[in-house]
Amino acid sequence: MSDALVFHFDVDGDNFTSAGQASTQVKRNLRQLGLPPAIIRRVSIAMYEGEINMVIHADGGTADVMVTEEYIEIILKDQGPGIANVEQAMQEGFSTATDSIRSLGFGAGMGLPNMKRYTDSMEINTVLGVGTTITMRVNLA
Amino acid sequence: MKISMIRDLLEADVLCCEECLDSDVYSACGSDMMSDVLAYVKDQAVLLTGLVNPQVIRTAAMMDMKCIVFVRSKKPSAAMVEMAEDDGIVMMASDKRMYDACGTLYVNGLIGTKAVHV
Repeated sequence: MSDALVFHFDVDGDNFTSAGQASTQVKRNLRQLGLPPAIIRRVSIAMYEGEINMVIHADGGTADVMVTEEYIEIILKDQGPGIANVEQAMQEGFSTATDSIRSLGFGAGMGLPNMKRYTDSMEINTVLGVGTTITMRVNLA
Repeated sequence: MKISMIRDLLEADVLCCEECLDSDVYSACGSDMMSDVLAYVKDQAVLLTGLVNPQVIRTAAMMDMKCIVFVRSKKPSAAMVEMAEDDGIVMMASDKRMYDACGTLYVNGLIGTKAVHV
């Protein structure tokens, strides 16, 4: 653990255009580390969906990515409204996004299910009115 | 199918990465919903879309796609062209509608992808 690599990003909540910049950078960093392309793709897609969610629903937040020899961990933290019903939010097709978000190509209710699909573990800690922290891991071993 | 053949079949204008037109691609998908694109990973190399915003390029980059085709005469901004160039993704624009563009590529041998979840 002592030699884990850590990347930290602030995700701007005001700018839909820049959403995904952190994930793009992580993808580049992981490529430089020479990790398998399939792993890189899973990590970057999961993080990208999470980043988009933070911008759409929570006015931004922070993203921390830790790379160890055994796994890659992504921690997405926001101070948004929280998720009222996590079970419902995990269902494919369920979304509280507005039509304007849908017109941008997101809000199909696939974000959280995609994040779970592409990672080996995902934990959601959410408190209404306080914020949400999502911790995802992709195993390397 | 060579990317150059996609250009020819769709009578498309190539907007960047012309040097990659000789690359081979084996499957494609068409969608305006990026989350749906992100839901299915099966080496889709080509994305056909009528949506024009930077997230289209980010989505394609996340999926390691090689080519983006904007249908219905949609034209991306200069900033989007630059993004695609940085990622080495061939970007082109066609006047064809989505259904026609997908159908044209399909009947010429560029198949879709089975809905295989990871």
